[in-house]
Amino acid sequence: MLAQIEGSRAVAHAVARCRPEVVCTYPISPQTHIIEALGVMVKSGDLAPCEYINADSEMAAMSMAIGASAAGARAYTATASQGLLFMMEAVYNAAGLGLPIVMTLANRAIGAPINIWNDHSDAMAVRDAGWVQLFAETNQEAVDLHLLAFTLAEELSVPVMVCMDGFILTHAVERVDLPDQAQVDQLVPPFEPRQVLDCDDPVSIGAMVGPEAFTEVRYLAHARLSRALEVIPVLAERNAEVLGRASGGLVSPYRTDDADTVVVAMGSVLGTLKDVADGLRDEGTPVGVLGISCFRPFPADEIRRALERSRRVVVVEKAFSSGFGGVLSADVALALRSRSIPVDTIVAGLGGRPVRAASLRSLLIEAHHGGLDQVVFCDLQAGLVQGELDRMTARRRSGSPAENVLRDLGAVAPHGR
Amino acid sequence: MKDKPFAITLDVGSSLANKTGSWRVERPVYVDRLSPCNHACPAGEDIQGWLYRAEEGDYEGAWSVLVETNPFPAVMGRACFRPCEAACNRSGVDEAVGINAIERFLGDQAIDQGWEVPVPGPATGHRVLVVGSGPAGLSAAYHLCRLGHEVEIHEAAPMPGGMLRYGIPAYRLPRRVVDAEIERITAMGVTLVTGSPITDASSVMAGDGFDAAFVAVGAQRGRDAEIPAGDAARVVDAVLLLHGLEEGRRPGLGRRVVVYGGGDTAMDVARTAERLGATDTVVVYRRTRDRMPAHDEEVDDALAEGVRMRWLSTVARAEGGRLVLEHMDLDDEGLPRPTGELEELEADSLVLALGQDADLSLLDDLSGVRTSGGTVEVDPDQMTGCSGVFAGGDVTGGERTITGAVGEGRRAAASIDAFMDGRAPTRPLDRPLAAADRLNLWYFEDAPRMLRPRLEAARRRTNFDEVVGGLGADEALFEARRCMSCGNCFECDNCFGVCPDNAVIKLGPGKRYRFDLDYCKGCGICVQECPCGAIDLIPEPR
Amino acid sequence: MTAEPRSRVRFYQVGSFAVGNRLVGSDQRNAQSDPGRANSLTSGHRACEGCGEALGARYVLDAAMRATGGRLVAVNATGCLEVFSTPYPETSWRVAWMHSLFGNAPAVASGVAAALRVKGRSDVRVVGQAGDGGAVDIGLGCLSGLFERNDDVLFVCYDNQAYMNTGVQRSGATPPGARTATTEAVGPAPGNGFGQGKDMALIAMAHEIPYVATATVGDLFDLETKVERAMSMQGARYLHVLVPCPLGWAAAPRDTIRLARLAQQTGIFPVIEAEGGGVTGVSKIRHRVPVEEYLRLQGRYAHLFDAGGAVAAPEVVAGLQAIADRNIERYGLLGDEPDKEES
Repeated sequence: MLAQIEGSRAVAHAVARCRPEVVCTYPISPQTHIIEALGVMVKSGDLAPCEYINADSEMAAMSMAIGASAAGARAYTATASQGLLFMMEAVYNAAGLGLPIVMTLANRAIGAPINIWNDHSDAMAVRDAGWVQLFAETNQEAVDLHLLAFTLAEELSVPVMVCMDGFILTHAVERVDLPDQAQVDQLVPPFEPRQVLDCDDPVSIGAMVGPEAFTEVRYLAHARLSRALEVIPVLAERNAEVLGRASGGLVSPYRTDDADTVVVAMGSVLGTLKDVADGLRDEGTPVGVLGISCFRPFPADEIRRALERSRRVVVVEKAFSSGFGGVLSADVALALRSRSIPVDTIVAGLGGRPVRAASLRSLLIEAHHGGLDQVVFCDLQAGLVQGELDRMTARRRSGSPAENVLRDLGAVAPHGR
Repeated sequence: MKDKPFAITLDVGSSLANKTGSWRVERPVYVDRLSPCNHACPAGEDIQGWLYRAEEGDYEGAWSVLVETNPFPAVMGRACFRPCEAACNRSGVDEAVGINAIERFLGDQAIDQGWEVPVPGPATGHRVLVVGSGPAGLSAAYHLCRLGHEVEIHEAAPMPGGMLRYGIPAYRLPRRVVDAEIERITAMGVTLVTGSPITDASSVMAGDGFDAAFVAVGAQRGRDAEIPAGDAARVVDAVLLLHGLEEGRRPGLGRRVVVYGGGDTAMDVARTAERLGATDTVVVYRRTRDRMPAHDEEVDDALAEGVRMRWLSTVARAEGGRLVLEHMDLDDEGLPRPTGELEELEADSLVLALGQDADLSLLDDLSGVRTSGGTVEVDPDQMTGCSGVFAGGDVTGGERTITGAVGEGRRAAASIDAFMDGRAPTRPLDRPLAAADRLNLWYFEDAPRMLRPRLEAARRRTNFDEVVGGLGADEALFEARRCMSCGNCFECDNCFGVCPDNAVIKLGPGKRYRFDLDYCKGCGICVQECPCGAIDLIPEPR
Repeated sequence: MTAEPRSRVRFYQVGSFAVGNRLVGSDQRNAQSDPGRANSLTSGHRACEGCGEALGARYVLDAAMRATGGRLVAVNATGCLEVFSTPYPETSWRVAWMHSLFGNAPAVASGVAAALRVKGRSDVRVVGQAGDGGAVDIGLGCLSGLFERNDDVLFVCYDNQAYMNTGVQRSGATPPGARTATTEAVGPAPGNGFGQGKDMALIAMAHEIPYVATATVGDLFDLETKVERAMSMQGARYLHVLVPCPLGWAAAPRDTIRLARLAQQTGIFPVIEAEGGGVTGVSKIRHRVPVEEYLRLQGRYAHLFDAGGAVAAPEVVAGLQAIADRNIERYGLLGDEPDKEES
């Protein structure tokens, strides 16, 4: 069913069609519209049977999902940013216990300074937690990925996180083909839990494991998570068959076959990048784009294959490891370790900074000609930063950089006035 | 559940593989200690044992345990002076358990319901002569009979019972009770010959082919105080008075009666005098109440019935219609000293209750029998110096109580049995006492003692009706359940419940518990929390 | 499922306070006296000798198992109880049990309850368990949420008054004066400072949930009766059980139950129950005991006494006595009126 619909509401629709039994919610922008919409559906009876719980924190929300999932219910929650970090302990725990929880992450920056806008810092912060992390490029993909997410999670007994860019996707109203119940039922079979808290067949879940077996537990978790690399393409194909459109998968190459330079990225920025690549190709610069749909487990083989003809790789990413560089870039570089080609990083769109096509275009041209620094901050206000750096050099304690920058911008009054 | 996640999800109860008993440095052990009541009982009753049955409402079972040692529950439930209750640890919680009242309840039930003692064992062919049918003689006869021996009791008096009948007034011990419990013994096959005084034990034994004899003739002869008495003075012996009364002879005591003595017999005779119409009965005693040999309850009853007491007084002389008393005081050791102060007291009669002696002439021809101070000497097995001749009860001195006599009769029976069989008598093992400090008194809820009803004092004066009534079934049950089972497991499940390691195995009703040393860490909670102190903690054997 | 109310069996030696009573019918007996009891926490666990928490957990879960006919699921916070019961490869639990994290057990329990509700398994009941750290400190947020939503969970706090699993550090439930590894018995004011701490029962009552009760491992009958009462109700219920810790309290392992009893008999730990936020019953003090008697048995208060056994810190002992007195006054712990279950 085609609908002109906000991304959040479209996702809520898709989640509802997946028949979640327990929805644990706690408000945080920019995912709130998803849980609001689900709340309406549960309260009105459109989504039943379903327990919709207003949690007292994200920690509680994820923990409720853990409990519900362990008791054999299909559990769903959504969060973003600080919320994800607040539940971080439980995020790891859900994966450690092998509970097939599905969570929507409306990607958002992490403070301080507090910032409600989009980037991928939150998702990157939990990349080692043991979850499958899928990134949606469009709202249509976000919708379709949720169908795949439930099936994948329950097939492997691992939790799955569907990442969609906050505001850019969650709040964007656009045309989405919403799957109907029959289609979803074809794609998402009933939940058959691998383990369940059952008073008639009791077990103890969540033992303490010491050095004698912890390595093996971790190895097995890795092996289990890595199986997603085999399962996802199969599920994506089934999705495509039933829904009549391709979405998801591990990676999505765009004009990479004959590209000298390939831009690698995740999420909604791929659309802009494809436009930029098209433009550059029109000008004769052979640039391609490789979207990574599945960030964890990391599809290193597929990435290597997709990039095997490229001579230069530029990773555009919305997150950044302070004191190190790009996060995705490091993973991509590792995937390409057998080839000695440059892997540059463009950090873009932090805290909701618009990622402008023109800026990307000029950076890619620079990169294509080998002139890019290894890590570049797209549209960085260099003068402003330089002023702060100078102050830091002059005085050891120069106050909060964030406030100083705002002062330079004239947003707050200078000291002493 | 198949395909459980490795290591994180575990099969229930699998920790049984971890034998935490290896941590232990001390281990608990169950012990059985001697309860203070059992320790104190002169009759040797397993009081705790029969209370345990009574607690369940199994009165016949309780009675069966009782009559293993004592054939006179109904008598003892009235006439015993209850050393068990004096020893009872429950007095540290509220009041001692009313053991005696329960015993009486059981005894009365047995009479009412016609409960029977077990049939005697197979006949041994041995014959035993018992001289005297007081509590000691009857007790010995009962136990000997149960062991399969043929027993013949010879009683000088026309009726059996000895002091039960001729010493204790009927208002304390109704005769139908005495008769019923003696009948139970004769019904077992014991031969009882009354009106048959034995004057020469030696010849009777030889003539009638007895293998052993038990002499229990009691102490029937009242002591004389050698009080100067005028011709007109009426001086009566307490023992003879009580005996005569039983045979229907009412003594003419007059209205003003003085009883001289401070023992239970003095109380008995004073209270009897009241019932015979005396209006002013005075007990004269040379020391003070706290030094009186009579039991408190007897003194209280006498006072309640109007008997007056003159402490620190002796009778200097008796004349017609009056006595001269001399005041005494006590020296540093509590012995009375004459003060020379005299006082006159009007009295129609003086009853002497100054103690009793035994008539030992029947033993004169038995070689080896030694006597001293008017009593027969016996060894710890109740045997006199003459082989095969045993003695017990008042005739051997001792405490001279009915309960003591019953105990001596039973011990003598065991000794006689062994003697005739050519064995050494077995003695009960000495078990350490279950002292109060071993108990965990927290567990015992305050439960006030059930009191037996008593006839109002005003209604006692004109008759010999029983003064103290019995407990009803509910009260007896309540009272039995006040027992704290000192020193012996009574299956309260506390050890089973308080073990943090589930290392106590419950073996089922009557079978108690066992420690599971595979898991017991030796924490000692069971020891600390055992209400009755029946668990010890000992160092772990190496 | 409403259990017939049990009453203390009076007029019998120990029927009222000991674990068992051979003289009453099985329906009147404590669950712990039943040889076929659930043994929800079975032998082989690695709790210290004399552990009050191991005892408390078995008492509570066995009673809950009995009340639910075995249809029970337990959720556990991190802590001693979890660590000593489930070190790979062995578990001591015989009930369906799960452990997630330290601070989230109430929320996990809520999730389990939600799952059962959505699956129409309202016959299966949920018990959440945590120590004092997991309940009154790190888990308080989740627990408060459980309360205010009135989720159908009995949450049990086994209170041993400090973080014992990590080596006896102070918690919000540690009493004043007590030595812990983070409130050492040094300096001018040794031990934990005075303050209210967190009275979790009152906090729970402020949520006006259906049922709140305190209990100790020193009175099994009371504890089981409360578990049964709790399991007869729907919605959020809270049970706070004092479980002495020989290690953390530096007390003799054999004194675990004795200490629990003294805590109640001194008034320092009021044993109460409340419904809908109002107190409905208190366990009266049978034999009032000065707090000092309770303190002397515990090494964590050793600094309050000198080597000869005399009180060295009278103001601290008096302060603790004042807390007990206040409890006695507040809840009417003395008095002639019989306990409600005896009336």
